[in-house]
Amino acid sequence: MNRAVINRKLNKVPTHVIIVITLIMWLIPTIGLLVTSFRPLQDINTTGWWTALSSNRTSDKPRFTLSNYVDAIVGYRGTKSYTEECASGTSVTYKCDTSDILNPRGMGRAFLNSLMVTVPSVILPILFATFAAYAFSWMEFKGRMLIFAVLVGLQVVPLQMTLVPVLRMYVNLKMNGTFWGVWFFHTGFGLPYSIYLMRNYIGGLPKDLFESAYLDGASTWTAFTRLVIPLATPAIASLAIYQFLWVWNDLLVSLTFLGGTKPVMTYQISNMVTSLGAGWHLLTAAAFLSMLLPMVVFFSLQKFFVRGMLAGAVKG
Amino acid sequence: MASSRTPAIMKQGRLTPWLYLLPALIVMSIYILYPMINTIGLSLKDANSKGSAATTCIEGQPCWGILENYRYALMHEINTTSAKTTWDSFWLSSYGNQIKWLLVMVSGTVGIGLLFAVLVDRIKQEALAKSIIFMPMAISFVGAGVIWKFVYAYGSSKIQIGFLNVIITGLGGKPVTFLSEVPLNTFMLIIVGIWMWTGFCMTMLSSAIKAIPEEVIEAARIDGANETKIFFNVMVPIISPTIVVVLTTMVINVLKLFDIVYVMTGGNFSTDVIATRMYTEMYKNFQTGRGTAIAVILILIILPFIYMNVKRFMAQEEMR
Repeated sequence: MNRAVINRKLNKVPTHVIIVITLIMWLIPTIGLLVTSFRPLQDINTTGWWTALSSNRTSDKPRFTLSNYVDAIVGYRGTKSYTEECASGTSVTYKCDTSDILNPRGMGRAFLNSLMVTVPSVILPILFATFAAYAFSWMEFKGRMLIFAVLVGLQVVPLQMTLVPVLRMYVNLKMNGTFWGVWFFHTGFGLPYSIYLMRNYIGGLPKDLFESAYLDGASTWTAFTRLVIPLATPAIASLAIYQFLWVWNDLLVSLTFLGGTKPVMTYQISNMVTSLGAGWHLLTAAAFLSMLLPMVVFFSLQKFFVRGMLAGAVKG
Repeated sequence: MASSRTPAIMKQGRLTPWLYLLPALIVMSIYILYPMINTIGLSLKDANSKGSAATTCIEGQPCWGILENYRYALMHEINTTSAKTTWDSFWLSSYGNQIKWLLVMVSGTVGIGLLFAVLVDRIKQEALAKSIIFMPMAISFVGAGVIWKFVYAYGSSKIQIGFLNVIITGLGGKPVTFLSEVPLNTFMLIIVGIWMWTGFCMTMLSSAIKAIPEEVIEAARIDGANETKIFFNVMVPIISPTIVVVLTTMVINVLKLFDIVYVMTGGNFSTDVIATRMYTEMYKNFQTGRGTAIAVILILIILPFIYMNVKRFMAQEEMR
């Protein structure tokens, strides 16, 4: 008996070792980024980020600073730092007051733009999808299965297919570079998956519920607002997180339709990567700023996200 | 069948369902259906979408007439002087790279995801361990690009600040320029993809493993099967439908992949994949015809998976 217990414990050792090693490998890149984003520019370019964590240090200069974040937020790309330049009073590009937070080159403005892009791009597809999923689940009409099958197929269409025609359409309609353009593009592409997921959920609600509602004289609209929406809240939550992460993290759509006119966070970072002006101190801070909101959403609402993911896959 | 689920009383006016469907159908028609058809048309035209693609043919050069853009899309990267150059240039072309991505990234994410899902099932801190593997899903490809560019960073011949190069020089090796060394660079990019998507595979597979009845595993154990046998002969067959779903999802994801390559190398140093090459043709070279031809090729490759998805969905509906 005792030996069996010991044996079982011993058997678990390699499991734990493999898991811990994998976890460390998964975490190290992100930790490197996080630590670097707080290090002074000088240190970043001369020593590896892990030296900042070691206990014996020769220099008495501070090992961590917030100045990278300040520079990233205002979009400072000069040789000193934003605070130094403002202190010296020689800045041409900056007013050195709170308005700099919204400097078009900075991550502060990009954060607002990302929010402006994301919020309607999450609400619209969910709204339209809930309408459609209701019809697909609880109404009779011709071609119901056919349309739905087409929809399942559309989930996989690569968005690259549609960029050029939509861009042309936008140029003709003078919608290029507007938030409207991005909102509707994300809505269009979010819909097939959203409808599929919502229909799986709404179609699974008990039939009696709808029957008694109709017997009580409820119209389809009353049933929709009083029954479907409140009951589908968990599915709506899953979908909202999914769509939020997708839109917030998207680069291609924003790059194509907004570009530099209304730079979002991913655009701004990819610009820093490709342009020569930005060093690691800016990049790491900017990258971490862009991850902040998705990380918070992700870790606080992970349960819903996973549930949505599992429900969304076309199962065998 | 779905129709029998609808309560008889709910047979509403003919128009009502369409009112609910209308917003979604309109938006999807404008943004998915119409552009798809339009893209096919544009792929048969020249760079400005005015004349036919056949007009771009050059005298004395191979030409496919109206399908000239497809010839360019398929053949331009390939050096056909001899069998060897054809083979070599194919593996460095966007198609060759796409195959490397498919093979390595799909097997990597599904393999590691499956292994981790099985291992983590037996430890106490399961939720925490899974969160850590899953975390990169919350990060944008752009963010991940920055993270890994830093890991791969090549300082100079003297100072290394990139984690990987420090380990290599620490072990006495020479620092490597991971992102420009062909063909190593594509595999370094694939590692980033694996890092990002393993969490997805793990989560899907883990939930399938949890659904296996405990008695089945116990019975195999009593019969004297060891853990490896249980894994391959009991678990894997039971969860194989989920494995198929995860595999197809990953294949489609990899085919559409754009951001990692765009951010980390911009498709330079022979790291192009189909999507980045299409972007370059379209927005850097302003060759709309060629760009859209590449897009059409991409959808043709994805078409079988669309069919599979629809078929699987139909089977699922039958069982409802």
